[in-house]
Amino acid sequence: MSQPLVGAPHDRVEGPEKVTGEARYTADVVIEGLVHAAVVPSGIANGRIVAVDDSEARAAPGVIEVMTHHNAPRVSAAKPADSDSLLFLLQNDRIEFDRQPIAVVIAQSLEEATYAAQLLHVRYEADHPETNFDAAPRYVPKEIFGEPATHQRGDPEKAFATAPVRIEQTYRTPTEHHNPMETHGTVAQWNGEHLTLHDSSQWAFGVQRRIAKVFGIDAEQVRVIVPYVGGAFGSKGQMWSHVALAAMAAKLVGRPVKLIVTRPQMFGWVGHRPQTEQRVALGAQRDGRLVCVTHDVLSETSVSDEFVEPCAVFSRDLYAVENYGMSHALPRLNISKPTYQRGPGESTGSFAMESAMDELAYEIDIDPLELRLRNYSERQPDSGKPYSSKQLRQCYARAAERFDWGRRVPQPRSMNEGRLLLGLGMATASRNTHRTAAKVRIRANSDGTVVVACGTIEQGCGSPTVYAQLASEILEIPFERVRFEFGDTNLPEAPLAAGSQTSGSVGSVVVKAATWLRDKIADLGGTIPPNGIVLDVADEPGENDESYATQAFGAQFAQVVVDPDTGEVRVVRFVGAFDGGRILNAKTANSQFVGGIVWGISMALFEKTRYDARTARIMNANLSDYLVPTNADIPNPEVIAIEADDPHINPAHVKGIGEVGITGAAAAVANAVYHATGVRVRDLPITPDKLLV
Amino acid sequence: MNPFRYARPSSPSAAFTDFAGERRARYVAGGTNILDLMKIEVESPPLLIDINALALASIEVTGDAIHVGALARLTDVAENEQVRTHLPLVAIALEESASPQLRNMATIGGNLLQRTRCPYFRDTATPCNKRAPKSGCGALGGELRREAVLGTSEHCIATHASDLAVALAALDATVHVTGLSGNREIALHDFYRLPGDTPHVETSLGPGELIVAVSLPLLSYGARSTYLKVRDRAQYDFALASAAVALDLSGKTIRQARVALGGVATIPWRSLQAEALLRNAAASRDTFERAADAALAEARGRGGNDYKIPLAKRTLVRALEIAAA
Ligand SMILES: Cc1cc2nc3c(=O)[nH]c(=O)nc-3n(C[C@H](O)[C@H](O)[C@H](O)COP(=O)(O)OP(=O)(O)OC[C@H]3O[C@@H](n4cnc5c(N)ncnc54)[C@H](O)[C@@H]3O)c2cc1C
Ligand code: SF4
Repeated sequence: MSQPLVGAPHDRVEGPEKVTGEARYTADVVIEGLVHAAVVPSGIANGRIVAVDDSEARAAPGVIEVMTHHNAPRVSAAKPADSDSLLFLLQNDRIEFDRQPIAVVIAQSLEEATYAAQLLHVRYEADHPETNFDAAPRYVPKEIFGEPATHQRGDPEKAFATAPVRIEQTYRTPTEHHNPMETHGTVAQWNGEHLTLHDSSQWAFGVQRRIAKVFGIDAEQVRVIVPYVGGAFGSKGQMWSHVALAAMAAKLVGRPVKLIVTRPQMFGWVGHRPQTEQRVALGAQRDGRLVCVTHDVLSETSVSDEFVEPCAVFSRDLYAVENYGMSHALPRLNISKPTYQRGPGESTGSFAMESAMDELAYEIDIDPLELRLRNYSERQPDSGKPYSSKQLRQCYARAAERFDWGRRVPQPRSMNEGRLLLGLGMATASRNTHRTAAKVRIRANSDGTVVVACGTIEQGCGSPTVYAQLASEILEIPFERVRFEFGDTNLPEAPLAAGSQTSGSVGSVVVKAATWLRDKIADLGGTIPPNGIVLDVADEPGENDESYATQAFGAQFAQVVVDPDTGEVRVVRFVGAFDGGRILNAKTANSQFVGGIVWGISMALFEKTRYDARTARIMNANLSDYLVPTNADIPNPEVIAIEADDPHINPAHVKGIGEVGITGAAAAVANAVYHATGVRVRDLPITPDKLLV
Repeated sequence: MNPFRYARPSSPSAAFTDFAGERRARYVAGGTNILDLMKIEVESPPLLIDINALALASIEVTGDAIHVGALARLTDVAENEQVRTHLPLVAIALEESASPQLRNMATIGGNLLQRTRCPYFRDTATPCNKRAPKSGCGALGGELRREAVLGTSEHCIATHASDLAVALAALDATVHVTGLSGNREIALHDFYRLPGDTPHVETSLGPGELIVAVSLPLLSYGARSTYLKVRDRAQYDFALASAAVALDLSGKTIRQARVALGGVATIPWRSLQAEALLRNAAASRDTFERAADAALAEARGRGGNDYKIPLAKRTLVRALEIAAA
């Protein structure tokens, strides 16, 4: 083939199916005898259930069963050592967060289940919930994702005490809820002691193992099928309570059960980005060279479970600075367990760190971009490892040029667009990227077609397209002849589709399998035997992966206008340049970067879960009150992919690009708002009320 | 959603007769508010009376007013040439409401009767005097960002959500209603009720009374009018503060003015105090600021909504500047 397939902006293979409504999601699954479940969420955030009157609900049309803690099958809700969440499975009367599942109504139709769910009368004994982030008891976690939560290099405190220039500020980011277009949902069917689940998940194998533990059966007795996933962003990375509740309900009524989480319930038990408070202290020379960075993080967690938003990982691995300190501590509140949300740690941490860098730039009156260059790190500062590749300089340069950063007048509130204040801001983007073991099955058929099968999932990122591109290029056959199968635990095991690791992990094993198949066919003289060729191939990170620091980078530039009377902020231009290693498909990659930027703008200006401070009730659990951007809020983000081959990173030569696009984006907007107005907003979102000065 | 019966009468009298047979009934026009409230269990009428078969959708100029049928869709009114030319504040208020899809469904009558977006009103797990009289006000002492600063009581501080109603308050439009006791006309300033200690009573409509039309007076200086809406998002968002204004200018002097505020009050809030300050004054920023201070003089913030007082002032000043330009 003359033109390389990899990198080409190939249309998604499943695109036509998706835009015509043909594509099947979990809610579309229909099975003979299927009945429907509606979860009843709690109306209090702390206390216990004193009495449940289900007589009216049971008498409602179509109702088959009402499952409460009185009659729910006894299962194990405990958190296994290798898993990440405690489940809420109606095993007792305790309530510890708003909208905790307290009952499940099973009926012939969804409408009947939903109606009967309203007729359940629950009497509570409410205790005062802990809602005060500042005052709640806090503790230091043992570790954050296998790394120390508290860490130091050099002596940041001493360096700060003597630094010629000091910036010390506290930044806050609110609780934010994931709102993928497709909510969570599960269809559960028992066949004797064997369970089949259709589930909207980022990890079929994780669900398989966890649900097996809940019922005390072997993982082999469970098959998990994941149809198309309509977005997840981290919220579907672990198995939440409703998956097990669907299987329990199916067991109780002896019928397959479909349970779809509603939009308001998305604010219940399926995770969110935790609220954070971050203290950043920078010490610098007058010329801007950093002498120390300290990043102390508080992030909320739930009453009986732990999640750490690892904000300081961003600052730890960013600039060349000798003295560095970080810490993480967790206030416990009556909230549901927080979880990963696109760029966990980096998205929030970059807002704090890159806002602080901007403050430093103004303090010593140097260009914010120049400040970043003066602190450019040629090696990963903490580990001392060389980067597998780093194109951040090019990102800065190309994005600045496209954005025309040179026109910036340094003085805040000095640029205008008509009567509006104009502001320009920038920030660095960075996200660690890694891979884990993955397996595929590759099959060549005698008709010349090839099937690559892997139990990973498709959540809108384009996996069936990019893996077919990778394989067809190596096999030197037309793209159309390769088909990628996915979404089933009966296929070879893939890792969690999160942490920007899928392309690196699955991509690498696809490269290995396709290379093997190419050689095999060559050995056979170019022919494929009538019954085809099949091989299961596994690949895992080797020693090489340990010797380099692997990180995706970028430079984010935002232009805002602010109404000087009303404080309304609009982002009118956004340019991001990213170092994402080799790009497998220019089109789907662009979508990842753009999607990240859109969410970064959303973080900066709109998103915030609003709790009632007395009751810990979420008061904006819907898409009318929880604001996400409309098209009118988003300029057409201009994305530049700085491509460079990275032979060290992994066999696919790719960095993860799913998350780097959101990092730094909110800071770039906040910095632009400061430039426009002279007002430094240190707590997101930046709403008009914060700019009325 | 509760099971309910459904009727589709073909005349106004059939509609209010149906209502008389079931006092807990609700009319449905565009359905964008009532169906929503039924889904979240805030409303559960046993009978839904669909009024879409009634011939109430015309828009006509009659004498000194534009007569708009209650079933005219927001889109149709916003696009109407007479409205755009003579009363831009109405056209803009509508264009800045909701989304195009909703505006295609939503009707003028329904818009005036839409319920508050107070998050406690919309959440049956919390107390609310408006939804469940005497259960208490969940918002007081709670999440206040969207609650009102004008016209509040110790029983309710919910903001009225309609943009259109603010423009109509500035114009002092007339609402035409019909019902078992005959036809009557209600001036907009008599149409909405302050919450007082009966926040569940929102208008002066009697049970089953049907809005048939709204007439928009062709204010002589209506062409010099505007509606300014401030919100978090650029589109598709309720007002944090808004202002509907019209100015009658003679050179640099204001002869007469109309001022109403939205997003900050429990009812669409016409400010006669601001109008009085503007009358016969110079059209300057200074005048506008004094008028804004007067309009908000009685405003009361309760913490989380304090910002609405300066924001409403700025919104009004800016709206007056736009109208004067
Ligand atoms: C997501 C969203 C965003 C929105 N944003 C805005 C916004 O920015 N600004 C804004 O102003 N509005 C906004 N709205 C509200 C919207 O404008 C109203 O829902 C709509 O105007 C109601 O009109 P309708 O015809 O659909 O009323 P319906 O839902 O049919 O009825 C509403 C109420 O009026 C009663 N009713 C209707 N017609 C009559 C009549 N002729 N006589 C007597 N009673 C009647 C009904 O019984 C019901 O109680 C928004 C709504 C949604 C869902
Ligand atoms: S402000 Fe009014 S609508 Fe809101 S909770 Fe209080 S009584 Fe109900």
